[in-house]
Order: sequence, then C-alpha cells, then structure tokens
Amino acid sequence: MEEAPPLAVRCAGLVKRFEDVVAVAGLDLEVRSGECFGLLGPNGAGKTTTVEILEGLSAPDEGDVEVLGARWGRGADRALRARLGVQLQETLLAEKLTVRETVRLFRSFYARGRDADGVIGMVGLDEKRGARVGKLSGGQKQRLALACALVGDPELLFLDEPTTGLDPQARLKVWEIVAEFRSRGGTVLLTTHAMEEAERLCDRVAVMDHGRRIALGTPADLVASLGADQIVEIEADGELDGASLGRLPGVRSVSPRPRGFMLAVGDIGSGLPALLAEVGARGARLESLRTHQATLEDVFVHLTGRELRDV
Amino acid sequence: MSDRPHPLLELTRARVLEFLREPEAVFWVFVFPVLLALALGIAFRSRPAEVARAAVVSGSEAARETAERLGRAPDVEVRLLDLPEAEEALRKGRVDVVLEVSGASPPAALVTYRFDPTRPEGRAARLAVDDALQRAGGRADAVPTADRPETERGSRYIDFLIPGLVGLNLMGSGMWGIGFSVVVARTRKLLKRFAATPMRRSHYLLSFALSRLVFLALEVAAVVGFGWLAFGVAVRGSILDLSLVSLLGAAAFAGLGLLVAARPRTIEAVSGWMNFVMLPMWLLSGTFFSYERFPETLRPAIRALPLTALNDALRAVVNDGAALSDRWPEGLVLAVWTAASFALALRIFRWK
Repeated sequence: MEEAPPLAVRCAGLVKRFEDVVAVAGLDLEVRSGECFGLLGPNGAGKTTTVEILEGLSAPDEGDVEVLGARWGRGADRALRARLGVQLQETLLAEKLTVRETVRLFRSFYARGRDADGVIGMVGLDEKRGARVGKLSGGQKQRLALACALVGDPELLFLDEPTTGLDPQARLKVWEIVAEFRSRGGTVLLTTHAMEEAERLCDRVAVMDHGRRIALGTPADLVASLGADQIVEIEADGELDGASLGRLPGVRSVSPRPRGFMLAVGDIGSGLPALLAEVGARGARLESLRTHQATLEDVFVHLTGRELRDV
Repeated sequence: MSDRPHPLLELTRARVLEFLREPEAVFWVFVFPVLLALALGIAFRSRPAEVARAAVVSGSEAARETAERLGRAPDVEVRLLDLPEAEEALRKGRVDVVLEVSGASPPAALVTYRFDPTRPEGRAARLAVDDALQRAGGRADAVPTADRPETERGSRYIDFLIPGLVGLNLMGSGMWGIGFSVVVARTRKLLKRFAATPMRRSHYLLSFALSRLVFLALEVAAVVGFGWLAFGVAVRGSILDLSLVSLLGAAAFAGLGLLVAARPRTIEAVSGWMNFVMLPMWLLSGTFFSYERFPETLRPAIRALPLTALNDALRAVVNDGAALSDRWPEGLVLAVWTAASFALALRIFRWK
C-alpha cells in the first residue's frame, strides 16, 4: 500500500537537451499539494520545457519525475492526464467553434468533471457562450483556455505564462480564476516572467536561469534575502565610487548599473541622507534618484546582474 | 455524470461544424465536382451521326452531274467549288474530300478523290462518297447487310466519366479535408493540447473518418444526381451497393489523408505530399480514360491503387448493375488500404 503523496510534483536531476542546447540542466523541484508554485525566469530559462516534461508531453533525457504520485510511461498515462488541467503557452483553439462547443468538447474527454456551462460561467464567459472562438479578445481566449483546463475538475493545474500579453484588467480576471481554483483545494504550478504575478499568486517560487534553479522560497523570503526594504537607484553626473557607497550606513549591497548604481538599503531613514551627503562631498551632480520597495525583480537582478524582462 | 457525450461523437461533431463553417471547403467538395462534370459532359457530349462533307471541283458538265448524283445520297453533303476554293476548304477542314471529275458524264467519267488519309473523317468521307457514286452508277451489293445503330445510354463517355468523378471527388475531399485540418491543428498547437487531455488518440483520428461519412451521402448524391438530371446517367446497380462502395472508398482516403498528414509541420509540406500521393492516381486510375491504355505489365500495380479499385467498383455498380459482392477484390483492396493507413498513421502521428 502506497501512502497518499505529500507532494503534487517531484522532480530530481531533470535534464533536457535540444540538439546542442541544454534547455534544462539538472533541475530539482518539489511542489506541495495545495500550494501555488511559481517557476520564475526570463524567456529561454527552460520554464516551458520543464512544464511540458511534467505534463507528460515530452520525455526528459535524464532525471526522475513524479506527478501526483505517478510516473509517465508506465501504462497509466490516461488516468494521470484525467487528474491534470493544462493550459499551454499560445494554444490556438479552433476558431470556427463556439465557446460552448469548445468547452463541451474538452469536457467529453474526461470521465468525471465539471459542468461545461458552469465552468464557462466561472471564467466569466457567460455572455460569449455562443460566440465563435475567432471573435474573442486575447483575454477572453485566455479565459476559455482556462475553462478547458478546469472542465475536467483537475487536482493539479499547469499554467504556462497565463497572463502574458494581457491588459491589466484581463490579467486580474485570470488571477481571480486561479484563486477560485485554489480555494477548492487545487494545486497550481505556473510559469511567469511577471514578478507581480508571482508575488500575488504564488506561495513559493523557484527562480530559473539557463535551465537551473538559482533561488527557491516564498516571495517574501526571497525579497528578505536581499536584506533590504528599499531599493535606491541613483544616476549622477560625476565620480561616484561603488566601494565607498557600500560603506554608507544602512546600505546592504551595491550593484553597478549602466549609468549609476543600484543600492539595497535596509534603513532608508539613515541611508538616504548619507547617500545625498556622499554625492555632495564628491562634487557630483544628482541626475535621478528613485526608490521603491524591494521586489522579486530586484532579487533576480541581484542574482544574475540582468533584468528579468529584457533578457 | 453519466450523461456526458461520447468523446468520439463530440470530436466528430466538432469536425462537421468546422467543415460547414468553412465556405471554401463546401465549394470544393460539393460545387466543384458538379462544375467539372458539367464541363466535361458538354465537351464530350455525343454528336449526331456525322455526314461526309464533299466538294466537287466545278467547270464541266460531268462535274455538275456528279454533284447532283451525290446530292441525292442521305449521308453526303456536297457543294460545287472552283479548284482554289476547293483546295482551301480541304486544307481548313471545311470539307473532308474533294472530287476532281474528268472525261465524259458519269458513269463514263474518271473521279479522283483528294483527301488526307491520316484523318479518320477523310477516310470515312471517301468511303461514303465512293459508295454513293457506285450505287448511283448501278452497282449491286454482293452480300445483303442491315444496320442496327447502338446509341444506348450506359455506353457513352459521360456514363464512363460520372462514376470516375465520384471516385476522384471522394479522394480529393478525403485527402485535402483531413490533411489540411490536421496540419493546421498541429501548427496551432491544438494537437498538443489534445494530447495533454485523457482523450484517446485513436478517437481523434477516427473522428475524421466519421465526419467524412456525414458528408459522404451528400457528396456522392451531388455528382450522381447531377449526372442523372443533366445527362441521364442511370445507376443500374442498387443504391445500397453504391453507398457501400462509396463508404469503403471514403474510408480508404480518410486513412490515406491521415497518413499523409501524420508528420508534416507546415501546410506547404503537407500540400507537397498530397500532390505526390494523388497525382499518380489522377493519371493512372482510369478517371478520365481507361487504364487499359497502359501496358499490361503496369496494370496489376495500377489496380492495387485505391482510386483504381474505387473507380472500377463504382463503374461496375453504376454502369453494369453489378453487386458489391461480385466486386470483392476491389472491396478487399480498399479495406486493406484503410486498415493499413489508419494503423500506420496512429503509430507515427506527431502530436507536437
């Protein structure tokens, strides 16, 4: 007798190569039942490849994968698929079918699941029930893709870049749908390169870069690992020295930026006046100074020296 | 929830709806074959019995008298022309034979026939004119003969053509209809999305065959009905046998369409493969002309092609009134193509 798995997803030493490119380079992941786990990273970090391996759509070159306590390719793939909900990056559903026909079609693939009309209502497409898929807006299409992923009443939902390219309102709507799914006890694994999305939705995130995991934790823990509440970005005309900036009170770390420095500051109250005094003492002229609350974006910049969005 | 629709039925329903909502597809499947039958039927319609067109070179009493005698024959059309006119008419095909008459009045005259012996019309006209002249001159038949004209329906070109067009149409709509849909779904990643569900993969492939059945009756009826209304091409066998043969043919081409579409990632690639597979059958399978024109050694291979088997079986049912049970070798050829292509397509199908 096997015990109920404490983990929804477990993978160890995952490697996937495409010709001479290594897309995933030895990845370990554990997603707990009931949590929302985010794979965070720039385009090309290996997120989609990882998710497609977990979904059983491609086989890893090396490593071990366990999803909901089962393994792919052991003769029970269909039974496992029946417990998963999948939204792929950029799937284009049949344009000539209506919303309702599309969801009904997906519903028919699952032995048990939710009522098609109920799911359409849940994703807020009630009024578009009879509309052709080709006539829907980007946000509506994405909600339809979610409806197709949810109609089999899955235990585990895979979302690959669920809100990329959507306007803020459409994005908010998608987040609500994910929150609703979680409130029923569902587990979510999503990929994103939007920090805000990860901070908003995810209990834990793994930051990926070049096919590897470079950080893991709750969004709050990762931000806290910077040891800073505030991030100060400064640009000045004149000589500023990174080392001496780092010795200023309250400054935890300094990283050079194209036209200045980025400082992680623990106590803005003492840090900022000292910084301004240093600029004055060096005879430099301040060109711009911005501060913001530290975010996951800053964690990524701190870990890789690169920005997340424009890699 | 036991009231869930069966996935195979839902997939088939989706296929049918998608097809009906694509006006171009409807045109190619239903309207185009009828237009093709119309054009070919007009081009190759049966003409009334030809008459021999003759010119007599004028200029003498003997010539005038010869023309007069010929004019009394029912199957000869004759006119009197001077020599340059007569030569020009012969050159341009307005007359089939020119008669030059020298000497006294017939029967004492000498008649010279000028015609092109490589043209069947020229040879036929020479025989008809000569026969008329000899009879008028008093020749008696040595052997008594009688004619019974055969212009019966069922042996005209259009009778041969209509079953061939039904076969050709089943091939075209099956292959293109399925090939394009599959490859479009693949480029749009819809196949991958389906592969991520517990859908049975064989259901997906079978839904194409089933959706073809829905249109099969209409497709066959459009061409056969048109042939009957416009050209009086009758179905001599039973409608049931016609339906069964069409069903076998459609299934074979559904399988072949899936097989061709099993791997390609782009529309261009699948179009190339489609043409590669269909073009030989267009030429070899006896749609527009009998494959008996090809050398004997090639014929077993030609008969093994699915379109040849389908055309032969359709002609047997439509033209000869045969039953499908008489044409079991063709039925077997189609069944083998169906089973083999489905099985292979399912094995090598690319879902990503």
